[in-house]
Amino acid sequence: MSDRTRELRTYAVGYALSLVLTAAAFAMVRWPSFGARAIFGTVLALGLVQMAVQFRCFLHISLKRSSRHDLQLILFSTLIIALMVSGTLVILFNLRDRMM
Amino acid sequence: MTVSAPLWPAVLGRFGWQDLPFVRAWENPTISELIGAFAGALVVVGAVVVAALLTRYGKWRYLWTEWLTSLDHKKIGIMYIVVAFVMLSRALVEAVLMRMQQAVAIEHPGFLSPDHFGQLFSTHGSIMIFFMAMPFLTGMINYVLPFQLGARDMAFPWANSIALWLTIGAAGLMMASLVVGEFSTGGWSGYPPYTERAFSPGVGVDYWIWAVTLGSIGSTMAGINIACTVYKLRAPGMRFMRMQMFSWTSLCTSILMIFAMPPLTVATLLLALDRYLGFHFFTNDLGGNMMNYANMFWLFGHPEVYILILPAFGVYSEVVSTFSTKDLYGYTSLVIATMAIAVLSFTVWVHHFFTMGQSANVNAAFGIATMTIGVPTGVKIYDWIWTMFRGEVRFTVPMLYALAFMMTFVLGGFTGIILAMPPLDYLVHNTLFLVAHFHNMLIPGLLYGMLAGYHYWFPKAFGFRLDERWGRIAFGCWVVGFYLAFFPLYVLGASGMARRTQAIFEPSFRPWLYVACVGAFVLLAALTSLGIQLWVSIRDRASTRVEAGDPWDGRGLEWSVSAPPPEYNFAVLPLIDGRNPFYDHKHDEGQPDPYASPSSYEDIVVPRGSATSVVIGLAAAVAAFGLIWEIWGLAIVALQIVVAAVVLRSFGRDQHRTIPAAEVAREHEKWLARVRATPAIPRQLETAAVNRGLAEIVA
Amino acid sequence: MSEPELAHAGLNLGDTGELTKDQAENAIFGFWIFLMSDAVIFALLFATYGTMIASTVGGPTPASEFKLLPAFVETLLLLTSSATFGRATIAMKYDEPRRVLFGWLGATLGLGLVFLALEANDFATMFAHGAYPMRSGFLSSFFALVGLHGLHVAVACFWLVVMVGQICAYGLDARVRINLLRLGLFWHLLDIVWIAIFSVVYLQGNIG
Repeated sequence: MSDRTRELRTYAVGYALSLVLTAAAFAMVRWPSFGARAIFGTVLALGLVQMAVQFRCFLHISLKRSSRHDLQLILFSTLIIALMVSGTLVILFNLRDRMM
Repeated sequence: MTVSAPLWPAVLGRFGWQDLPFVRAWENPTISELIGAFAGALVVVGAVVVAALLTRYGKWRYLWTEWLTSLDHKKIGIMYIVVAFVMLSRALVEAVLMRMQQAVAIEHPGFLSPDHFGQLFSTHGSIMIFFMAMPFLTGMINYVLPFQLGARDMAFPWANSIALWLTIGAAGLMMASLVVGEFSTGGWSGYPPYTERAFSPGVGVDYWIWAVTLGSIGSTMAGINIACTVYKLRAPGMRFMRMQMFSWTSLCTSILMIFAMPPLTVATLLLALDRYLGFHFFTNDLGGNMMNYANMFWLFGHPEVYILILPAFGVYSEVVSTFSTKDLYGYTSLVIATMAIAVLSFTVWVHHFFTMGQSANVNAAFGIATMTIGVPTGVKIYDWIWTMFRGEVRFTVPMLYALAFMMTFVLGGFTGIILAMPPLDYLVHNTLFLVAHFHNMLIPGLLYGMLAGYHYWFPKAFGFRLDERWGRIAFGCWVVGFYLAFFPLYVLGASGMARRTQAIFEPSFRPWLYVACVGAFVLLAALTSLGIQLWVSIRDRASTRVEAGDPWDGRGLEWSVSAPPPEYNFAVLPLIDGRNPFYDHKHDEGQPDPYASPSSYEDIVVPRGSATSVVIGLAAAVAAFGLIWEIWGLAIVALQIVVAAVVLRSFGRDQHRTIPAAEVAREHEKWLARVRATPAIPRQLETAAVNRGLAEIVA
Repeated sequence: MSEPELAHAGLNLGDTGELTKDQAENAIFGFWIFLMSDAVIFALLFATYGTMIASTVGGPTPASEFKLLPAFVETLLLLTSSATFGRATIAMKYDEPRRVLFGWLGATLGLGLVFLALEANDFATMFAHGAYPMRSGFLSSFFALVGLHGLHVAVACFWLVVMVGQICAYGLDARVRINLLRLGLFWHLLDIVWIAIFSVVYLQGNIG
């Protein structure tokens, strides 16, 4: 298989998977079949999976040694973003609980 | 706060005559207003005098082509540091004014109005952080880092220049606020709801918002550039664990800039949305929550502390090792400690608002995280002490700063541990104790470090050494002035004196406030001494030249080239085979001679200067000025100029210039011949006139 | 079958004569760092949205304002534009005829513009209901987050037009190639941010 075919296939696979995941999340909410919390959890999980798929197929981030700087950077960014977002939510929800 | 009738709203926005400090002083000639008018006049006269001198000596063209539009990392670095010194002078004078006011205003109104006093502490803080500290360290990194990595420039020279010009534009806005209008009275942290339109309707907060926003965008760009340079432009063989310590701290600082400046940008821009478009992020009503601002501001603010301190740690590592004539002790532990500090700094921000009202559990977690940072910092202090241990310590000016730093910084660290305990923090929160603490960290942890670096690398940048005697006088003044000015504040803070107080109603504070005021004047004397030192050094430069380039028997690659260095840094890119390649090659038998002629030369490509970066930075500042004064047309046109300049540059080709190998060879061989003619001197004579920049090798 | 070495994020061109692998590696790594910095900005706006989602102050709520179907269509448009951009970079890499490259770039631009038009329509509908950003903290944070994403898409579209101009002026020289790759990363990342917006804002707002 030539490089070109393989690359075309990567994009096609990424596109197809993203479509399926988006449609699944949409369907979960459009036709709810279980509790709100479970649905929200599933939607978030599907979103995260789709992000991973796009990072892999569209941005070509892999676990291979040659692209490790980019991967390091993503992982570090993820860590910082997780710290900032979760910290903000914990602190401000805690504050609100105590104030209300 | 001035109430001003708009003059010609369609064109001049909300500007009125009352916005000129001169008009205010004419109508209401109090000392406070006269000081304001004098400061404004100083800015105008200063600008006119500089312009007149440039015209008189016909230096405009030289300045424009050789400096302002240059994309050379060395010149950009020097320009950053010039900005830092100019802004340092202003902010230090403001500090002296505040200390004088507090010394006078004990059961007395003093000579500064509350509003003027509020502007002073706001500009003092904003300038010291964003327009003194940040440009100083960015400039230092810009100058030194490519040398240490064995690179010819930064990764993105054009972006480098834009970052510089955004910073200059933002600093220009700070200066403009002295001449037109007023500045924020909301402190350097600009907490809403006070800084919302409802409570601060004037232009002051808008000046603060846009100056800080432009500065933070510039710093983000600088951070990206530095990180990319470290990752991608290291010379062949320069593995990460072979980099000089300063390169390591530069890398960590740049990572902090990349991830910590965005929260600031978001915080200031959301505040701008509140003020300009009536959004409700931080307002009191309609669902706004000002605590969100505190949270976001300190998400930036705490890493910022380490952005400021880490480069100084790098400088100290270089200085202590060089002037102790020993390899850095515990290199690996220093690297790990630096990385640990960089990551931990993102986990402690809540300690800036322990009193906000979240539960004790949250506070406890962040208090513990805060204390944890003391551990890697302690590791560093021990490493520096062990580096000096049994070394041949030479007490040159940079080394003196390093020693003063170690003593003073540890004392400040102790008070930091006090503040890290939430229950104790409740007692001294918002008092002068806090002010004393952070000055105690930042003056040794940033200013001394940058001054040490300034003395250390100045001969490299300009080819002659700084005057030793005046350097020592300045050093003495900085240290004595610091202790006099800030240790009384610990006492005052612990006694309950709030920070940012314009008038004092407690007579027993008097002696401490007097001492602090004297300290402020000693610090002013320190800055003056630095000015005199520069003057004297330039005057006597003939006797302090160090063309051979290695005045301190240095270790990093920056010492292996001429002083001042050629535009392309290295005639031939060095091959790195160890942690101190230049030092080892100099000193070890059987190593290649660092001053040997290379076997061949190659053409070198360097970037041409570019006017677009100047245009982008200044047009961004003009756009900000339009937004501040609600001169919408001006803002729109200036923004379009920014976009047009970016697009224009992207269409440009032929933005590089090739220096032919023959020219490189000629220059390099000329320098090598001069090195061979230079007498090598022992380290004990390095401050004497005989030091021409070549170290004697003792087997 | 061994995959070629990857030097940077996004599609790798390898050495193409015009552009060496090292050049691309350095230039694209810098842009990649910028994107991570930009991602932090979005993350903070998400966090702000999270803390303000309940601050509706008696005004419009997520349930009353967010229409699931238009948001779903917008998601599909942006996703498709990401795929067409990928196809365009492949056309660039293998030097397919210029009209093929322009075709895929044009498709991407068209999808981006339709996305923006639909989003503007959403906003207009919300405004008509009295759901404007000055109404409540919740709406302020919604418009800041989604509006900033829209602004990014608009910038990306403008950039795409500039790139087409550069291809016409210079052909596919090294700088055009680098900048197209960078624009590709930008475009893909905007799609990724939109996934988060679709999940956290629109889908969450419609969970009964």
